[in-house]
Amino acid sequence: MVATQEYKVIGTRPIRHDGLDKVTGRAIYGADVKLPGMLYGAVLRSPHAHARIKSIDTSAAEAMAGVIAVMTAKDMPEAGDELVDLGEGAINFSHASDHIMAMNKAKFKGHPVAAVAAISTNVAREAVAAIKVDWEVLKSVVTVDEAMAPDAPAIVDGWVGDDLGEKSPLPNVGSHFRHEFGDIEKGFADSTTIIEHRYDLAMVHQGYIEPHNGTAIWDQDDRVRVWTSTQGSFTVRTQLAGVLQLDESRIKVIPTEIGGGFGGKIPIYVEPLAAILSKKSGGKPVRILMDRADVFEASGPTPGGWVSLKLGVNDDGKIIAGDADIRFDAGGFPGSPVGAAAMCMFSCYDIPNTRIDGWDIIVNKPKTAAYRAPGSTHVAYAIESIVDEICEKLNLDPVQFRLDNASKEGTRRGDGPIFPRIGNIETVEAARDSAHWNSPLDKNPGNGKVRGRGIASGYWFNVGLKSSVNLSVNTDGTVMLIEGSTDIGGSRTSIAMQAAEVLGISAEDVIPTVVDTDSVGYTDVTGGSRTTYATGFAAYKAAQSLIEELTTRASTIWDIPEDEVGFEDGKFSSKTDPELSMTFKELAGKLNETGGPVSSTGAVDLENAGGGFAVHICDLEIDPETGKTDVIRYTAVQDVGKAIHPSYVEGQMQGGSVQGIGWALNEEYFMNDDGQMANSSYLDYRMPTTLDLPEIETVLVEVPNPLHPFGVRGVGEPPIVPPVAAVANAIHDALGIRLRQAPMNPGRILEALKENNG
Amino acid sequence: MVDKVHVKTTINGQEFEFLVEPYMSLLETLRDVLNLTGTKEGCNDGNCGACTVEMNGRIVDSCCVLGAELNGATINTIEGMATPEGLHPLQQAFLEEAALQCGICTPGFLVSAKSLLEKEPDADEHRVRHWLAGNLCRCTGYDKIIKAVQKVQTSA
Amino acid sequence: MHPFDFVAATSVADVNSVLAQHGNRARPLVGGTDLLVQLRGGRFELDAVVDIKSVPEANVLELNGSLKMGSAVPLAEFYENQGVRNAYPGLIDCAELVGGIQIQSRASMAGNLCNATPSGDTICPMIVHSAQVHITSAKGDRTVAVEDFCTGPGRTVLEDGEWVLDITFPAPASGFGAAYERFIPRNEMDIAVVGVASSVTLDGSGKIADARVALAAVGPTPVFIRDITALLVGKEPTEENFVAAGKIAHDAVSPITDMRGTIEQRRHLSGVLTRRTLTKAAERAKAG
Repeated sequence: MVATQEYKVIGTRPIRHDGLDKVTGRAIYGADVKLPGMLYGAVLRSPHAHARIKSIDTSAAEAMAGVIAVMTAKDMPEAGDELVDLGEGAINFSHASDHIMAMNKAKFKGHPVAAVAAISTNVAREAVAAIKVDWEVLKSVVTVDEAMAPDAPAIVDGWVGDDLGEKSPLPNVGSHFRHEFGDIEKGFADSTTIIEHRYDLAMVHQGYIEPHNGTAIWDQDDRVRVWTSTQGSFTVRTQLAGVLQLDESRIKVIPTEIGGGFGGKIPIYVEPLAAILSKKSGGKPVRILMDRADVFEASGPTPGGWVSLKLGVNDDGKIIAGDADIRFDAGGFPGSPVGAAAMCMFSCYDIPNTRIDGWDIIVNKPKTAAYRAPGSTHVAYAIESIVDEICEKLNLDPVQFRLDNASKEGTRRGDGPIFPRIGNIETVEAARDSAHWNSPLDKNPGNGKVRGRGIASGYWFNVGLKSSVNLSVNTDGTVMLIEGSTDIGGSRTSIAMQAAEVLGISAEDVIPTVVDTDSVGYTDVTGGSRTTYATGFAAYKAAQSLIEELTTRASTIWDIPEDEVGFEDGKFSSKTDPELSMTFKELAGKLNETGGPVSSTGAVDLENAGGGFAVHICDLEIDPETGKTDVIRYTAVQDVGKAIHPSYVEGQMQGGSVQGIGWALNEEYFMNDDGQMANSSYLDYRMPTTLDLPEIETVLVEVPNPLHPFGVRGVGEPPIVPPVAAVANAIHDALGIRLRQAPMNPGRILEALKENNG
Repeated sequence: MVDKVHVKTTINGQEFEFLVEPYMSLLETLRDVLNLTGTKEGCNDGNCGACTVEMNGRIVDSCCVLGAELNGATINTIEGMATPEGLHPLQQAFLEEAALQCGICTPGFLVSAKSLLEKEPDADEHRVRHWLAGNLCRCTGYDKIIKAVQKVQTSA
Repeated sequence: MHPFDFVAATSVADVNSVLAQHGNRARPLVGGTDLLVQLRGGRFELDAVVDIKSVPEANVLELNGSLKMGSAVPLAEFYENQGVRNAYPGLIDCAELVGGIQIQSRASMAGNLCNATPSGDTICPMIVHSAQVHITSAKGDRTVAVEDFCTGPGRTVLEDGEWVLDITFPAPASGFGAAYERFIPRNEMDIAVVGVASSVTLDGSGKIADARVALAAVGPTPVFIRDITALLVGKEPTEENFVAAGKIAHDAVSPITDMRGTIEQRRHLSGVLTRRTLTKAAERAKAG
């Protein structure tokens, strides 16, 4: 299915504008920032998962040659207890401050407790090692169930969570909410098939290759400059303002290139520490880099936890009741993406009677953050596994079942909103018609291994929010595009292409630059799959108003009324005199002599975004003697609305699929009994390598999003939603076993086979 | 205090002479001493390949080499891959095939892939994947990286 | 990291003198893939690191019936040598799967041995090839069988001032075959959950004249199981006998549960991989 509108630029595959810098090593990422007189920072982190700080003695560090400044939480300004929305999640500044540097106690291993700025990294590290902390080690809890036990130790002192509007009596409940529609009891009473299971998932990490970083100057006028690789320079500014207790206008965030984020580079970590150390060193620049173990232990992974789900189906093969209980481990402070999980829980299906309970549970693990469609993968593991089980039990075709029960325009989502035009049905149909689904699979290839195929659906709601774009015309006919969206994966180009389409010029003739927070209007994070959608929309609006300006200029040059000037196919022309015609470039060349430069601004604040659906098909091969699993064929089908740059849309689908495959098979926070992550390295946190994967086939479905001028839907997040369930269903197809705990690693497969065989 | 080590080396065809702390890694030496920041740190323990450089004709993780070992060695980094005549075909193919997203792993992949194509120009897909398994990418799912390498193989 | 001096040695005497001076505060450097990571991680402190890659005797790779391999020879140089490939396919098995290409460019088998992790991929294959370790120091030389070299996790028979100069593999007897397989959840860049090396020597009648099986990551050191040798000598190289050998391995190992695998899983895999590698070793023995 392809959108019918004809475009000149949209849908083509130009080389990305920032590509040259990135293939030559010239691009400047956060760790590449080097300023004159710069000091190097290091952070002392808690070796304990839960421990009270009785005292900190920094005197030895302060006395060391080459040490310029030392800080502890006492140097952090007192931050207010207020909640601020960051676009993808909200933040409480007093928690944020305590998170960035522990005031009284460490709530997870790796929690910062002191930091040093010195003349070299090695001196800073030696100094940090010389700081003495007197710890009172406390009992730690790392799972949802442990943390909810009545006798569990309270992790956040004084915290009282909200439980359905009441004060929770349990110390570690961040919150408990419920969405309920229809008559859930009657729904199950009318059901003839009811299946209920609990699905457990381990905490996992986004795994971006670039560690967190921050470089700061706090000058004597209390103006702070911060260089960092982030998904949102303005949200960094907001967070810094809250944590440092400064007006936002005193803070300038200069975003560098960013080496991956996937939701994990929205929160700040070392930036405020660099700023405070800079202040304490008299305004010298201070740079702090995390190492890989710091990233695993002390950035923001996505929650583990569990989803308990009960589905009821009637004799017509319709799902008529769904009851879900979702419990996520939030980490050392409340605020997991359990709310988003609830929004996605039943979203692929039209179910009249539903109830969703969501629990946010504080545990002694790093404070969680967003990770690509946060929460949706968890709930898809549950519902897509049970749907597969229903189809097996009732002998129904899994694709037809999904079509018969599909959510569509007008369906009410489990948390309330009514779907606008969505592409769920078209996506399932495209999967049904795909080469992969229609290919035979030899389940016993004769090499001692067995094969299986699984299918699963997934959904992400996408977000809109605020973006700003400025355009200015060069006299050579090119256009400068200034934006605030940091570019993680080609968004400079997908945004420039939208402006180019409006302006009737080539993608290469729009030259995009991502600028600092002083230099463009407010722009929300590169996250929520919003950038090509919302910042693209802002570029579209800016381009429209640029055309209006240029139309006026053409009318002045030709001395005809404005409404007689038309613009089509990149040409201004008189509607009455066929002799009067100028290309965009020709008009640009005349600007200086005819009134000066022309520029424009586009800004949006989009409430809705139009959700995206994905269906994945997975073939895998298992060695039943060892439990080793290899994915041998994989297809990702997705409604992308309109693919602005199809190569980068495919890339999002492939990358998300592979992250999901890693999550399904091997990735996990393996926690020791004392709350320590045992595998905080790439060696033992087993992300897929290139040798672990086949080609990832993609099928782009284009059901234009009515909310966007070009029909764009966010594409980055849906592809991580189906893989865990698709792998689980394929394992069942191969072995006849349903695994309800991720990762479904070789050890778990062996155990399950052993149980199955008695 | 330990004495700095005197190093004479050839990097990207150019001779360098400098002093380096004996405990500094090659990665730190390139980035902090020589300002060659195209070589990236991803893990600092030899498990991601972001810091891959070619040393005396073989690819290595520069985080697992000491800067002092450079003395007398020949190093090629991402900064030396393009010439005044233009990009290396792999760089061009990575651009055309959209084989990068965030780009942090890209220098390492390019240095690794270049070495493969020089040693084994006819490597099949499995061998390409095997050779590049020491380089982690978290954005692309590797698909377009493999296709970009294969594009250079078929156009050579 | 504690600052240390760097010494680029060009002779055995250079190395001996640095090690004699610093005792256990100095170590030889080959690939650095373990040493530098451990130093950075604060596992231990050194005052000197002595690079032995320019010591001629540590760089020999002499195939002359038997094989003498200097301790600084990187894995890649080892497996790229066609003569070595032909003569020792069971060693090639392990040399090609340590880390990725970048690691293989630097790391040596001797380094892997001296690091002495129970999961070291090259140690068990050396054991089943009956390799001998040539240890040197200012005080003199001695030779130790590989199976006697590791004494615990990260611990070896090396005393202060001693280092490994080379490792010698006897010429493969006629009818000799060997193989190494490890189990990892991924396909590369992983540490063995279990690794098993086997060698089989067949006599003129096709019966097993000798068999050696050693397992990685199932005990505090690589585990050489002599009971399997006793079981198999004089028997036919049949599936049944190799299954029985696997049963011995299953029962003999003493693994732990950690992030890489459980006790049960490791025992099970010990049996499976023992059978598989014995089968492959016997096939190579027949073909060879």
